Amino acid sequence: MNYGIVSQEQLEAIEEILSQKLIKLGVDCAIIIDMAGNIITVKDNSKSKYDIYSFAALAAGNFATVDAMAKLVGETEFSLLFHKGQDSNIHFSKIDDELLLITMFGRDISLGFLRLNVVEAIEQIQKVWDRQE
Amino acid sequence: MSFINLKDKVVQVKIVYYGPGRCGKTTNLEYINRKFREQIQSEMVSLKTHGDRTLFFDFLPFHMGQIKGYDIKIQLYTVPGQVKYNATRKLVLKGVDGIVFVADAMEKQREKNIRSLNQLHENLQAYKESIFKIPLVMQYNKVDLKDHGIPVLPISVLQQDLNSKLQVPYFEASAITGYNVAATLKKIISSTVVSIQKKLL
Repeated sequence: MNYGIVSQEQLEAIEEILSQKLIKLGVDCAIIIDMAGNIITVKDNSKSKYDIYSFAALAAGNFATVDAMAKLVGETEFSLLFHKGQDSNIHFSKIDDELLLITMFGRDISLGFLRLNVVEAIEQIQKVWDRQE
Repeated sequence: MSFINLKDKVVQVKIVYYGPGRCGKTTNLEYINRKFREQIQSEMVSLKTHGDRTLFFDFLPFHMGQIKGYDIKIQLYTVPGQVKYNATRKLVLKGVDGIVFVADAMEKQREKNIRSLNQLHENLQAYKESIFKIPLVMQYNKVDLKDHGIPVLPISVLQQDLNSKLQVPYFEASAITGYNVAATLKKIISSTVVSIQKKLL
């Protein structure tokens, strides 16, 4: 496993997928992080300003905690998480054992529609990511 | 594992402050946060219990400038020190690049330091890392307490207890006054960056 370095070409391909599948849909921000809390890439609608480094650290911790809870109840994993707020929502979905896709979106996108697009985006990202191994 | 972004030329490095409960890991980060304010773009994140003890981790992103055209982003984490929180300690250690072991120099904490270091060794093994290979710096904290009449272990004893096999760089420090906090940080950053460079070349 050598996920520490990603080529420029791969990152551009992944960013393109995030733009096409999520940002175009009206998502505020899409972030890919690894389970150690590092940011792999970020795409946003250039309106929102989040402190993404702290966000990534907390998100990785959050996901790891939920993963540990899954094991306690006899599940191998909970592969997605959803946090609902008044004006903004956060959706977490596992890409593979090392990567997590986080999507932040407002009230005008339905969760179902977002989930469909997240699944498609993840399939495409997996293809790009697997090329490095 | 550090993450290197070739497109934006950014290297993300994860450094964890590890040690027994109440040894001063969070105090180290709080001092760094105050002292190096201009190099830190965001607020320090602390997940605490009501009693002000670290529940999950503290997080402080730290910008170090450039090396060979690459932006170095240092991410400082602490672990919860309390014995019962080992599961969360282990989670924070995932993907770690460098460790500062903060030992409590107070005489009565002698055994707790040793236990905590042993557990660090085990926790790293779970990630197939070795305490003998990962960049590590020892910090013997609270040395200022001897001026207040509180018995403090001599450095030779701490070295014998904790660093006789590891033989890593060490510092006497006082996180509350800031004595050697920056020196510890500089040392761990330089050893970690050198070790990442070695892995890449």
